[in-house]
Amino acid sequence: MLGLNKKDTSLLIVVALLTLLAPFILNPFPEGSAMAQFNAGYPDLMQRFVIFGIFAIGFNILFGLTGYLSFGHAAFLGVGSYSAVWMFKLLSYNVIPAIALSVVVAGLFSLLIGFISLRRSGIYFSILTLAFAQMSFALAYSVLSNPKFNLTNGETGLQVYADDPQILQGANAPDLPHLFGLPMRATYTMDVGAWSFDFNAGYYLCAVIMMAVFYLSIRIFRSPFGMMLRAVKSNQQRMNYTGLNSKPYTLAAFVISGMYAGLAGGLMAAMDPLAGAERMQWTASGEVVLMTILGGTGTLIGPVLGAGFIKYFENIFSKINDNVLHSWFAFLPDGLEDAVVFVIHPFIGKGWHLTLGILFMLVVIYLPGGLVEGGQRLLKRFKRKKKDTDDAPSGKTEPAE
Amino acid sequence: MDAILLQILNGLDKGSAYALIALGLTLIFGTLGVVNFAHGALFMIGAFCAVTLQKLLNLSFVTLDETQKDFLGNPLKVETPFIEAWFGPEVGATIIDWSVPLSILFAIPVMLLVGYVMERGLIKHFYKRPHADQILVTFGLAIVLQEIVKYFFGANPIQTPPPDVLSGSVDLGTMVGFDPNAIIYPIWRLVYFGFAVGIIGAVFSFLQFTTFGMVVRAGMADRETVGLLGINIDRRFTIMFGIAAGVAGLAGVMYGPLNPPNYHMGMDFLVLSFVVVVVGGMGSLPGAVLAGFLLGILESFASTTWATTTIPGINQIIIYLVAIIVLLTRPRGLMGRKGVMEE
Amino acid sequence: MRFRLLEEEPKDEKWKWEEYMTKNNVTRRGVLKSGAVAGTGLALPTIFTASSAAAFTNEPTGASVTLGFNVPQTGPYADEGNDELLAQQLAVEHLNGEGDGGCLNTFSSKALQGNGILGKKVGFVTGDTQTKSDAARASAKSMIEKDGAIMINGGSSSGVAVAVQGLCQEAGVIFMAGLTHANDTTGKDKKANGFRHFFNAYMSGAALAPVLAAEMGKERRAYHLTADYNWGWTQEESIVASTEALGWETVNTVKTPLASTDFSSYIAPVLNSGADVLVLNHYGGNMVNSLTNAIQFGLLDKVANGKDFKIVVPLYSELMAAGAGENIKGVLGSMNWNWQLQDEGTKAFVKSFGEKYGKPPSNSAQTCYAQVLLYADACERAGTFNPCGVAEALEDFEFDGLGNGPTWYRGADHQCFKDVLVVRGNENPTNAYDTLEIVEITPRAQVEYDPEHPMFAGGELGKCNPGA
Repeated sequence: MLGLNKKDTSLLIVVALLTLLAPFILNPFPEGSAMAQFNAGYPDLMQRFVIFGIFAIGFNILFGLTGYLSFGHAAFLGVGSYSAVWMFKLLSYNVIPAIALSVVVAGLFSLLIGFISLRRSGIYFSILTLAFAQMSFALAYSVLSNPKFNLTNGETGLQVYADDPQILQGANAPDLPHLFGLPMRATYTMDVGAWSFDFNAGYYLCAVIMMAVFYLSIRIFRSPFGMMLRAVKSNQQRMNYTGLNSKPYTLAAFVISGMYAGLAGGLMAAMDPLAGAERMQWTASGEVVLMTILGGTGTLIGPVLGAGFIKYFENIFSKINDNVLHSWFAFLPDGLEDAVVFVIHPFIGKGWHLTLGILFMLVVIYLPGGLVEGGQRLLKRFKRKKKDTDDAPSGKTEPAE
Repeated sequence: MDAILLQILNGLDKGSAYALIALGLTLIFGTLGVVNFAHGALFMIGAFCAVTLQKLLNLSFVTLDETQKDFLGNPLKVETPFIEAWFGPEVGATIIDWSVPLSILFAIPVMLLVGYVMERGLIKHFYKRPHADQILVTFGLAIVLQEIVKYFFGANPIQTPPPDVLSGSVDLGTMVGFDPNAIIYPIWRLVYFGFAVGIIGAVFSFLQFTTFGMVVRAGMADRETVGLLGINIDRRFTIMFGIAAGVAGLAGVMYGPLNPPNYHMGMDFLVLSFVVVVVGGMGSLPGAVLAGFLLGILESFASTTWATTTIPGINQIIIYLVAIIVLLTRPRGLMGRKGVMEE
Repeated sequence: MRFRLLEEEPKDEKWKWEEYMTKNNVTRRGVLKSGAVAGTGLALPTIFTASSAAAFTNEPTGASVTLGFNVPQTGPYADEGNDELLAQQLAVEHLNGEGDGGCLNTFSSKALQGNGILGKKVGFVTGDTQTKSDAARASAKSMIEKDGAIMINGGSSSGVAVAVQGLCQEAGVIFMAGLTHANDTTGKDKKANGFRHFFNAYMSGAALAPVLAAEMGKERRAYHLTADYNWGWTQEESIVASTEALGWETVNTVKTPLASTDFSSYIAPVLNSGADVLVLNHYGGNMVNSLTNAIQFGLLDKVANGKDFKIVVPLYSELMAAGAGENIKGVLGSMNWNWQLQDEGTKAFVKSFGEKYGKPPSNSAQTCYAQVLLYADACERAGTFNPCGVAEALEDFEFDGLGNGPTWYRGADHQCFKDVLVVRGNENPTNAYDTLEIVEITPRAQVEYDPEHPMFAGGELGKCNPGA
């Protein structure tokens, strides 16, 4: 289907089902129950899952295929966000031109940075991209937000003010990002018994775009171009000896992944029309590296899993406070309750970084291939068990023969 | 002229911290081939060795002073350090005053142990793994270490003042004939610079003039051949890791009086120290030291009013700008070897 | 829980039930549904009941109401955020009639009864701003979208305050700012749904300048080091304007990168510049380091232009004072509030905070505490949780008894006007908490300004947004 082989098609279908049904899947616990704290199915987090998924998918095209480790991809995300908000400021709140411009600008920006950085390889390349991104961040935070030439609005973040031109903004158009009149914030809440599920317009826009770019990334992985990129990773020298110039291929991969990042940045601004400079900081670049490695470098679905994993921790674990803990363990006797809360306390709420750090280490120590490998192992074990039980009856029949 | 001298001095001082961290990072990379993102955390742990010792020395017993009131109107709790009670107020206060230099003695065994445990317990298993895995696992470790420190010491910076006689500043300018107040420099910063030069010298002579160092250098150049000669290079590399951790830790101890330690100081230095190492050239010890001092001086000059009015924002980006220029003109940094970390 | 509700419950058990709900952190939608189910007495799933029937965002329909406390819990400001959180929890206790009632007893408005807000028990959720605009908006959104928070309170930087204020305006909830000192929060970036109790850079300048002139003379030459971002600039602008009006001269203003951890290269040229006062427009870790560096260079021991060299830190906080240790001795600055004040409101708050947590509250804690009470009081007086009603009740509200003396919440820009403290690093602190001493309580009239003042011009409040 769609030019994919059977395995890829089923992967695409699974991903499509997961994203479309996410409002159900992510809200497994009835509202009001103690476990509701772990529900992730509210619009903002669901949007973040797919947006960072897009970011990581794009990063994986560069890192997973060519092995070039960019430490500055957040710059493209940031540039995408800034361009989108500028479109809101100048044209209108319609998200289409904003997203389009963010992809284009990020593409051009990555072309420039990629062209220079790709003159070096290995860690020298990583440091070059890091240097460019940190420069962009520093300038966006201070110099480019001075009153005379305010491009980024600095620390506060670029946002739309009432006196901005917005020349195409219709009189009746919503005063927040919208898709031809459908506000991105519009949410339809469906209540089923004690459960409640949110269907958010913005999320579905992001989800549809993510499925499209996921499909694109599968096509890239399976294309001759993708093979070229893998060749760069396995032995660039040999490739050069055969008379092939590898640079156009790596540059193309760099620009494509930069455009993915720009798209993610544009979508972030479309969901929430404010672009902060911290989006370009090295920690943000590092985050997408961690997402990709954590999920499984070079695998199709891995980066999306990694993105979901990290964003889940950031948004869910940081919100568990002692009060919540006490309500969970209220059934225990008082002394024991306090003891349990005391033990768990360092790992939740303000300690969510600690939990994340420990999980990074555990995953990379025990699952060298990332979460994808974890999934594969589980699947294998499950299959073997099934096989064992299948074998058992035949084993029994044997002596009888 | 005096302004230039002042910024050179200041640059050397800034550069000493960069050089010390970069030196340790290069030692680990050069010997073990491991990209250690937890190196900044080692620097931070060093600084917190000083904080810990200061807290230990300040352990106090409490007496209630009925004549004074605390903020709730209860009798004021007066804390007297045990050390002052044991050795008398004078000697006790002197010991507490000298807690940072004393921490060096405290930090050396701690850092060697931390380094040893880290290498044997974790890093060892990652020699054959891709660099990406090394980055992820050491980054995770760095987060864990800094969160543990935050749990015990909080997020607020903690002052570790230098001994009284070494605090304050000296007027270097008048010594060489400038006007008074032209070149004023803090004593502890001069101490730090001297300390850094001493440590760097010690590491180099250790590698240059001892048999152990010779074997390690041989191992850095060609690990397999050294192994074939029947030398247990792994053991020596473990020791080198401990030494690198020690260098980072001592750099941290001595850094405390300059800027009060906080739990994220390691992360603040991490990116910078990688830039320094790469500008110096991966795997080159002299390169790392050279780049450290060079970037320190350039950063100092970029923060002068003259520089920031000529090019707005230059003080924000100078390090990265220099990194880009160096890497584009010299493909392997200032003194890098071919083929190291280029694949 | 649902099964409990299916049984017919006697009415006198209502209170128990409410307690149960709050303890389990029941959100708006959960309450709505449980109520509906209990009403019909049938457990039929109510599919497709869109909750858009509410009159405003997160209208509380159950027995409880949820407040959102958004403070930095990780990163350099984590300790400050923790202090804010403690104060917010204390405020919730007092609102629910637990503890000693704190400032409820001294507050000039007597609308709050200690039975929650409008009879609903107060619950709360917390989020981590990480002191980043993006993360702060994400956690605020999650509290609004997922937990049904009706109000967001807290934060410890102006960038975050402006970002979250904008979000609350769009989402239709009230934002009660925590620590935010930049003029823009109630100037260029003011919003109808946002309210600031904390003072601002202009007020710091207006309060500090006369004291500086009195202590250091009118012929001083100042050298400014300024954190290179929005808050730093507005503070530098304010201090320069107010000191120059009194006759001072500004020798130089140097911007320092936010990421700087070492300021030696910025401090080194100060002595030779002809200046005799150094103004550090830095906050938090930046300020701790720049002040430590300045002391290292021995600036305070020097004589320049025939005068003793002085250092000024326009915005102080208790945590910065603790971090800077001995270095702050004798250094002047300004604060919104200090626990050493002797009015009834302060005493009541310090007593209940101190007895609960064993330390005196910081000025950002006091602001957060006061903001929670002010919000609750406004709801009571308005008789509704509707943001528009609450905003109307807060606008031009005059009150006293929360620790800052007679205070006015100006309607034109949602900025509080009250006395400002000028403080100095204590030369002889007797314990870990009196590191700062109050030099002067600058009366409110001296720090007031016109809403159209050039430093605040450019923005407009807009209309209040109830969401939904």
